[in-house]
Order: sequence, then C-alpha cells, then structure tokens
Amino acid sequence: METLIFAPAILFLLLLMPSLMLGLIAKTKAFVSGRRGPPVFQPLHDILKLLGKGAVYSETSGWAFRLGPVLSLSAVLMAASLVPLFGAPLISFNGDAILFIYLLALGRFVTILAALDTGSSFEGMGASREAAFSSYAEPALILVFASLAIHSGSLSLSQMFSSGQGILPAPSVLLAASGLLIVLLAENSRIPVDDPNTHLELTMIHEVMVLDHSGPDLAFILYGAQLKLMLMGVLWIRLLSPSLASNAFLLTLSLCGLAIFIGAIESSMARLRLIRVPQLLIAAVCLAAFGLILAVR
Amino acid sequence: MQELSQILLVLIALFSFYALGNSSLIGCIRIIALQGMCLGLLPLIIDRQGFGMQIILIASGMFILKGFLIPRILSYAIREVKIRREMEPLIGYNASLLIGVFLIGISFILASRLPLPENIRTSLLVPVSLSVLMMGMLMMIVRVKAVTQVIGYLMFENGIYLFGLAISYQAPWLIEMGVLLDVFVAVFVMGIVINHIARAFDSINTENLTNLGD
Repeated sequence: METLIFAPAILFLLLLMPSLMLGLIAKTKAFVSGRRGPPVFQPLHDILKLLGKGAVYSETSGWAFRLGPVLSLSAVLMAASLVPLFGAPLISFNGDAILFIYLLALGRFVTILAALDTGSSFEGMGASREAAFSSYAEPALILVFASLAIHSGSLSLSQMFSSGQGILPAPSVLLAASGLLIVLLAENSRIPVDDPNTHLELTMIHEVMVLDHSGPDLAFILYGAQLKLMLMGVLWIRLLSPSLASNAFLLTLSLCGLAIFIGAIESSMARLRLIRVPQLLIAAVCLAAFGLILAVR
Repeated sequence: MQELSQILLVLIALFSFYALGNSSLIGCIRIIALQGMCLGLLPLIIDRQGFGMQIILIASGMFILKGFLIPRILSYAIREVKIRREMEPLIGYNASLLIGVFLIGISFILASRLPLPENIRTSLLVPVSLSVLMMGMLMMIVRVKAVTQVIGYLMFENGIYLFGLAISYQAPWLIEMGVLLDVFVAVFVMGIVINHIARAFDSINTENLTNLGD
C-alpha cells in the first residue's frame, strides 16, 4: 500500500512539480505587475513541445555540444535520487552530500563545455561568467553542508536535513538557511543574480550558454534547470522545518509557497549590477562560514 | 528565551557584517541604529531572575540613545556635508567581508581560551562581543570617511557593552549611564567636527588631517 502511494507521489514531484514551480513564479511576478501572465502549466507545455521537435546542430560544434544536455540532465536526475523529498530518499549512504555537490558541479561543467564548443564568443562570455560566479556559489554550498554535517553528526543528506527540533531552529541552522537561499537564487539564475526573462542581453549568465541548443536538447536543459530549482527548494524547506516535508501533500504545498516567495523576491528587487554579484555571493560564503563556526563550537 | 537571545546575538554580529560590506553611508547609519535597538532589547530577554528597575532604565536608555538619537545626529551630519557613499576604502568591501569572517573565527577561538567562569565561557555573548568589537576596529582602520569611522567607533563601543553584559549581569548602572553619556557626547562632537573638516577641505576624508603642518 505504501509503495502504491509512494511511487506516483515521487513521479509527480519529480516530473510535474518543477515546471509547476516555474509557472507559479512567473504567475506571481505577473500578478504583482498587474498582468495576467502565462498559464501555470506553460513551462510544461514548452518542454513537451520542444521534445517533439528536431534538433539543429551547427557544423562547427562537435561531440561536447551534443553530450552537454544529456549529461547535465542525468547528473541532476542522479542528484534528485539522493535528495530526501518526503520520507527516505531513493538512494542514501554516508557521504552522499558530497556526491550531491559534485553532481551539480558535473552538470554545470558539461553545460559550460557545450557552450564553449559552439565557438560563439557570446556563449563563451556566458560560460566564463557562469564559471566565475559558481566559483563563489560552490564554496558557500559546501560550507552550508559542512555546518549541517557537523550539526547533525552525519554526512548523509537525509540525516543532515531532518535534524531540526523545537520551535526555533538553532542559530547555525538559520545562518545555513540564509546562505542556502542566496545560493538557491544564484544557482538557478533567479533575479538578484541573473534575470531569466531577458533573452539576448549582455548581462545574462545561464541563458547565454544555451542559446544554440534546440529541440529535445533544449527541453532537457530547461527541465534540468527546473528540477535543480526544486531540489534546492526541497532542501531549503527541510532546513527551515523538517515537518513541512513529512508527506507528499505538505511538501507540494510548501514548494508552491516557496515558488510564490521567490516570485515575490523577484518582483520586489532589480537585478544586481554584474560587479555587485560577487559581493552578494561572498556574503553568502560569509553567512555559511559564520554558521560553520557556530556549529563547530 | 535562551534560543531567542542567541538568535538576537547572531543578528547583532550580522549587522556589523552588513555595515562592513555596505558602501552607502545612510545604510550604515540605519544598520548601526538597528544594532543599537537589538542591544537595548538584549538585557531584557537574556535569561536572568526577574526585571530590576535599573535594567529597564539602562535598556530603555540604550534603545533610545543608540536606536534614535545618535543615528539622527549622524544623518544630520551627512546631510550637511552632502556625502552619500564611501568611495575609496583602504581595503575593498569583499576583502573586508572576508576579513570579518576571519575575525569572527579568531574571536571564537579567543573566547574559548579566556580565563572566564564556566557559565560565561559557554555562552555566545563573549565571542559575539569580541567579534563586534574587532569588526568595529577594522571599520575604523580601513575606512577614510569621518562618518564611517564614527560608525566603527559606535560598533566598537557596542562590543564593549556586550562584553560588560557578559562579565557582570549586575553592572553598576551609574557607570553604564556614564558610558552612554560619553558615547553620546563623543558622537555629538564628531558630528560638529565632520562639518568643520568638510568646510576646510571640501571632503570628509580624515587623510587630509594627517597632512596638516604647523
């Protein structure tokens, strides 16, 4: 009986929820600016339509360009199996937190490689930005995980993200949560760092790298990015209160709440100037390091 | 209560942090005001046996003076001299943020080594007070505008107050009041000095003062 509920719920969360979250963010932003906005399921329709199309490959690009989308999506899917959505994760062992970080890094690496392989200077610029900013975001994520690992005494994601008890979380967990929120916004190219809506602007980061991908490849990349947003969202929610992720329904509700929260953040502030982005990420590193110091003592 | 006071202490350290990484003078003044308010609230929620009249007096004095009066004087001073941003710090904002984390680490190590009674050594008060103190000192050293140096001085004083709170819960309130008055007068005088520097040099960089001859 339990597997009868567990399997469809996991499938729903992994396949539909990421697109739904992105749709909710867009809807919230549209609501705040007084527009009607696209339907909530628009990102899902986009992906389904892209999957039915053919892909175009330029003559200058080689195997790295074709490998990129497939490998990055499979890395994110692998990471998804490590994250405790509700209850136990699909795969869990001591040290899977480190594997999680490396899988995200692998996905980013192959995306950067594919962008460089197109030979377009515009995509090369995006790749260099992605590499530069993630060199700030990754230490922050590692420090967050380190402080949680020390706080919970385990290197497994399912233990690290379910140790909060009591009404108020410990100060180190709160600091880790605020660091993780900044990393979440930065890694998923949300607004204070990157604006996903501005196509073909000189300031964007992630969208630049995927300009040459088309058809199913683009669908893989879009779905991978959405899934990454949801995974980090789940981790953030579990950090604030593990009881919010105790069953599939509650988790879905709180993910929707998180999407609306991100939409509210995006509509309340402008994108930072590119020079200021490292400062925000360094602030995230500092928050995480402070949390680590508190956890160690 | 224990957890709430811990979160408040972490918040106080974070405010210092924010001031270190912020170039806007008005932003710094607002943050130092918020820090002052938190400091005022802290004696009320830190665990102790009941409220004395003196504690409430000191807390409300801190709250009003550091949360409202001193920030008002400072914002008046920068309105007069028309300066909004600290443009050329000696050490950049990113670097001073990283140094700030380093200082926090040092103060936690230092606090665990200090010969203090056991119940004080385990609390968060001493390390946070040391780190606020050091970050205030850092701010006084690396910033060149007189206003930010005053803000660094205020932060420094906040650290000393926190340390005093850790050492003796029953600090003689006359001394506390005297210290508060001193800080108030110092900031008041600095507000006037800032105006004079601005009138003499057309900027409030304190570097100009070192070039003065006989």
